[in-house]
Amino acid sequence: MTNKMKLTQLTEMLQELNIESLEGVTIEGDIELNITGGGGLNPALAYALGHEISQISLHMANIGRMLGFPAEQLFASAFGMAGMQQPQAPSLGTAPRIQELLASKFEVAKMNNWNNPIQEVTLGATSTDGGSRKNTITIGGENALPYYFDAAMPHRNYVTMDVFDMPIGMAKAVKSNYDDVINDPAEWAKKVVREFNADMVTIHLISTDPLIKDTSAKDAAKVVEDVLQAVKVPIVIGGSGNPEKDPEVLEKAAEVAAGERVLLASASLNLDYERIARAAVEHGHVVLSWTQLEINAQKELNRKLMKQCKVPRDSIVMDPTTAALGYGLDYAYTNMERIRLAGLMGDDELTFPMSSGTTNAWGARESWMVSSPLSQDSDWGPREYRGPIWEIITGLALSLAGNDMFMMMHPTSVQVLKEITQTLYGSIEAEELDISNWIGAEV
Amino acid sequence: MKINSPLEAYKYLPGTNCTVCGEQTCMAFAAHLIDRSRKLSECTPMLEEKFSKKLEQLQGLLAPEIREVEIGVGEKTVKIGGDDVLYRHKLTFFNQTVFAYDVWDTMDDKDLVERVKKIQDFKKFYVGNFLTVDMVAVRSTSNDPKKFASVVKKVIETTDMPLVLCSFNPEVLKAGLEVAKDKNPLLYAANKDNWQQVAALALEYDVPVTLFAPNDLDLLKSLAKTFAEMGTEKLVLDPGTFPSGKQLKETFNNFIKVRRAGIDGDREIAYPLMAVPLMAWMVHDDPVSASYWETVIASVFTIKYGDIMILHSTEPYAMLPELHIRDTIYTDPRKPVTVDPGMYKIGSPTKDSPVFVTTNFALTYYTVESDISSNKIDCFLWAIDTDGIGVEAAVAGGQLTAAKIKKGIEESGFNMKTDTSHNTIILPGLAARLQGDVEDETGSKVLIGPADSGRIPGWLEKNWPPKK
Repeated sequence: MTNKMKLTQLTEMLQELNIESLEGVTIEGDIELNITGGGGLNPALAYALGHEISQISLHMANIGRMLGFPAEQLFASAFGMAGMQQPQAPSLGTAPRIQELLASKFEVAKMNNWNNPIQEVTLGATSTDGGSRKNTITIGGENALPYYFDAAMPHRNYVTMDVFDMPIGMAKAVKSNYDDVINDPAEWAKKVVREFNADMVTIHLISTDPLIKDTSAKDAAKVVEDVLQAVKVPIVIGGSGNPEKDPEVLEKAAEVAAGERVLLASASLNLDYERIARAAVEHGHVVLSWTQLEINAQKELNRKLMKQCKVPRDSIVMDPTTAALGYGLDYAYTNMERIRLAGLMGDDELTFPMSSGTTNAWGARESWMVSSPLSQDSDWGPREYRGPIWEIITGLALSLAGNDMFMMMHPTSVQVLKEITQTLYGSIEAEELDISNWIGAEV
Repeated sequence: MKINSPLEAYKYLPGTNCTVCGEQTCMAFAAHLIDRSRKLSECTPMLEEKFSKKLEQLQGLLAPEIREVEIGVGEKTVKIGGDDVLYRHKLTFFNQTVFAYDVWDTMDDKDLVERVKKIQDFKKFYVGNFLTVDMVAVRSTSNDPKKFASVVKKVIETTDMPLVLCSFNPEVLKAGLEVAKDKNPLLYAANKDNWQQVAALALEYDVPVTLFAPNDLDLLKSLAKTFAEMGTEKLVLDPGTFPSGKQLKETFNNFIKVRRAGIDGDREIAYPLMAVPLMAWMVHDDPVSASYWETVIASVFTIKYGDIMILHSTEPYAMLPELHIRDTIYTDPRKPVTVDPGMYKIGSPTKDSPVFVTTNFALTYYTVESDISSNKIDCFLWAIDTDGIGVEAAVAGGQLTAAKIKKGIEESGFNMKTDTSHNTIILPGLAARLQGDVEDETGSKVLIGPADSGRIPGWLEKNWPPKK
């Protein structure tokens, strides 16, 4: 007995055609045939049932055909007549002729669980707020992932450019921009603002490291004063990264910068964060809460800053660590994205704006090495073009994960990153382009 | 995927715990089906006739939300789409973005062959493998079917990489298809004007096809719905990649909208997405600016849901970051990247050389390794199996313990007492608190190294050889 054609198959086929309703067709009752037993079935009953099923199948097949499905082909194959002459010989995959595009409206829901805005944090203070900055910068405030249509992004991304209090080893492509100011942090700061369009300046007090020059906190504070004098943008003050020395250095720096609402970089779990937090609260600054690629450590530190050190919510920025493209950016990206999503969904310990040490990209050998150390590699091309794009893509990836502020070094990188983030933000005008015939373009 | 718990998948499996798949139980296998580390076809009992219905049902339930489309034939076939989540930490992204670099039909043969070979041969070593690109996109700039066919032919003779055939003229596409019909190329593109003819070609030659509706998602969805109705779901959607200004912002949101709708279950639009970063060349005259912007746009849409893209610049400074950002986004964030645990000899260590301990988290391992080797320090370096967790977290979480260190060193057949003259182990600074335990457990002397392996050279100067 040939019984390959089953009702379930037919209904499944109809489902696959995405038919929501059959107009003018009513199928009464449940068509459900339950045939149990094998050889015990009365032949007469089997015949009657078979007849009934075939009738229903034909009826359904007709519906299928009305809807444009080539039902005869299916029957032909089901009954082993595939090789027989077809009424029309359709070529492979022949479809019903459709003369007009099927209308369809695109719709998509907005996210309904991003209810918790990211904390707004303002950096810098003007004379009305007791500082001497010409402008302030506000980051945070997002109600959605960056640049998403779900909610307007209240503030664009900002770039703070690195300035060091002594000459340091830098990739050649970076260093060539700073040769003339490398011994003068104040001039260096002026240059990045004037020539390279930096929104902010970060002064890194690396000479204070006992293993480098062991400059005293007091002398380092003088450099901070010089930089504050030299530029009118908000500033970030970074230590040397030495956990023993940094609390003392940042305390002193916070004191001389009182009222300027600087960003103190950084409080971390491996040093006396309490001293840094206290200095920030006392002198009206913002604390950079820095952890290493670990969401729970970030929560812990933020919690300690808020509960134990009484840092107000509007005075915390997070740095969950930036790894360079190809050197752990996969972690850095996901860590940041998870932090931002958790914040948007209401995790109070993670609703803070974020900063990235994008300059880390220059640690990747692809950004600075003359050529690949591996002979099997294809030619890497000129490094002066490779380096900046390494910094750009590192930053760009993190901007899409939710990063608000970038610490950067190369002027080209700064310019391109600002342009792409502001384009996605929506503030860059460009001539409208018609791309409908792009294939033939002379490119 | 319509289901997300192993229990739901388990219901369809034989439930006999036969272990043919290599798992101890059907439930364990079900869990791997859900995280997509195992394939249903690995359960061979399911292939028996009596399970055919359940097999079919389970296949349907496990099918990814975004359809998977294959392009090309043979070894270099690429698969695109197949994703189930909007954020990679939720599951991982599957089928990394496919990069197709363009050639055009007004190129002369010599330039053409040279460019195709350059595309095919580009490679960059990274964590044990070479990063490479995938496809060639042939654009018809001449609009001449004969010319197009002959260039497609030349490309096929030069490479077995999969192809995208690009023209809005169905005559041109047909000419290309005639030459490439055994290669399962991707057609580019059907639009509002030519869709009937292009659909006929896609169906006749049974090849995947791109639908192009610049900044018009209603049209894009209509096209997709119509093509599906006509009999093909081998579709790729191109919502238009505008390279600058507010149009680029809109493009960004179009990609997010389409993918979100698809993951949320709108089957009519749940197809892989195409981006065309090459558009950057339409607004920048200077090749470096154009390459930079192309790379930037490619990176944005590698991160946000582009499954395949057409690119132009073959400058290494453009291709290297494109390859790396793709690797970054398509690395499974649920599994830390690890190195094999065990002993690594750095340089040519002797009995007097230091013995360092670190974890098998690839990032930690490679950092320590490069810090040591670039300073030409001969030593033994142990990567202890911490399940790929870094030092600080592994100490806190109990993946790095004295017992594990002892086991790690002993299992490689190394004997601290006879293979070294000093019987001293150097622990990472961040594992300082294990010092006493490791001394008790191994009977070796234990020194605490610096917290950052970058400081190992200075540290060794002061602390090595160890004082008796």
